[in-house]
Amino acid sequence: MRLTQGTFSFLPDLTDAQIRAQIEYCLQNGWAVSVEHTDDAHPRNVYWEMHGNPMFDLRDAAGVMAEVEACRKTFPDHYVKVNAFDATHGWESLRLSFIVNRPRHEPGFGLVREEADGRNIRYTTRAYATDSPEGERYRV
Amino acid sequence: MNAAEAPPLDLEQLYRDSNVREAIDALDRELVGLAPVKTRVREIAALLLVEKLRRTVGLAAASPPLHMSFTGNPGTGKTTVAMRMAAILHRLGYVRKGHLVAVTRDDLVGQYIGHTAPKTKEVLKRAIGGVLFIDEAYYLFRPENERDYGQEAIEILLQVMENQRDDLVVILAGYKDRMERFFASNPGMASRVAHHIDFPDYTPEELFAIAGLMLEQMQYRLSDPAAQALREYIALRRTQPHFANARSIRNALDRARLRQANRLFEGRSGSLSREMLATIEAGDIRASRVFGMMKEKA
Repeated sequence: MRLTQGTFSFLPDLTDAQIRAQIEYCLQNGWAVSVEHTDDAHPRNVYWEMHGNPMFDLRDAAGVMAEVEACRKTFPDHYVKVNAFDATHGWESLRLSFIVNRPRHEPGFGLVREEADGRNIRYTTRAYATDSPEGERYRV
Repeated sequence: MNAAEAPPLDLEQLYRDSNVREAIDALDRELVGLAPVKTRVREIAALLLVEKLRRTVGLAAASPPLHMSFTGNPGTGKTTVAMRMAAILHRLGYVRKGHLVAVTRDDLVGQYIGHTAPKTKEVLKRAIGGVLFIDEAYYLFRPENERDYGQEAIEILLQVMENQRDDLVVILAGYKDRMERFFASNPGMASRVAHHIDFPDYTPEELFAIAGLMLEQMQYRLSDPAAQALREYIALRRTQPHFANARSIRNALDRARLRQANRLFEGRSGSLSREMLATIEAGDIRASRVFGMMKEKA
């Protein structure tokens, strides 16, 4: 199952040229761009690992592209996303976030039913990938 | 290809389209003297234009390495020319953004083991698409301390200068003799810096012309006796230690403005005209310490 989180996630994967153009747009707006990755992409997991510090005061996308490339190389089977943070007063939050790398095989999420008090049933989702420990997920 | 069939190549057209002429004209107009520097800038612009033209007709055109070294005494305009250079290279399409990131050793070299590489890389990332200007670059290399982290910064720089030539231009700047020693002890750096540009000291006339430009920008004018005083001041100041060319002139003018303001303030009972607010008198310049020192000697 294809993970759909963040902007552009219902589109086909962006090419590097498209990613570069998006980053260029972020930098034009003065947003600070950062790269994050995870191998536990549960929708409720909002804290992914940071790949290096957020990059402030950049003028050209080539610097971010190098970081994206480095992150993909280190974690080829992780989800990698690019975030753009707007520091202007009143926003002070992410303006854009999109996935730039995903594992070759995405097993998706299972629905877990928990029998609670009486005949109540609670539902939750669980990623199949998280059955294996960290670092061993999404191996084909 | 048959030469007769080839469309005529119009270098003039390309020159006009690139808007680089304005930048070069501005360089000529707004910077006084510096003939060798201006010649070199024009040569580089010509080279890049010809390369562009070669590319359009399918001749081999590898983008030439443009890392530079600016040597010269303080206040000879190295930073200013670097800024202009960034704009010119941008107009010629050699760098994508054309901004200047000016750094010194402190911005590149860390304090602890493992601190240097991320610091240098961060600066490089900021400079990508423009020009990285390293002032007093020889401080990066401290031969007396073999555990100095400067060497690490140099190695990262070299790698980027070689592999990401399209992404940024590095300009190293500093005093001539110390830069020469720096290159002698870092052959890798010397071989990657293609252009060595030396900034000559200004002549007294050039310094006077610079003062004129500065005053024009600040919207002040010199009275005729004040102009004479400034000429004498320049002649005296040049012979004194710590003379920093245009920077010394700027400081002298700033102090003259201070004295002018004070003079106007002291005589505030009288009426002031716009003319008086804009005029620097001979006394404002002659009150300088430089003239006092001459009297002491005499």
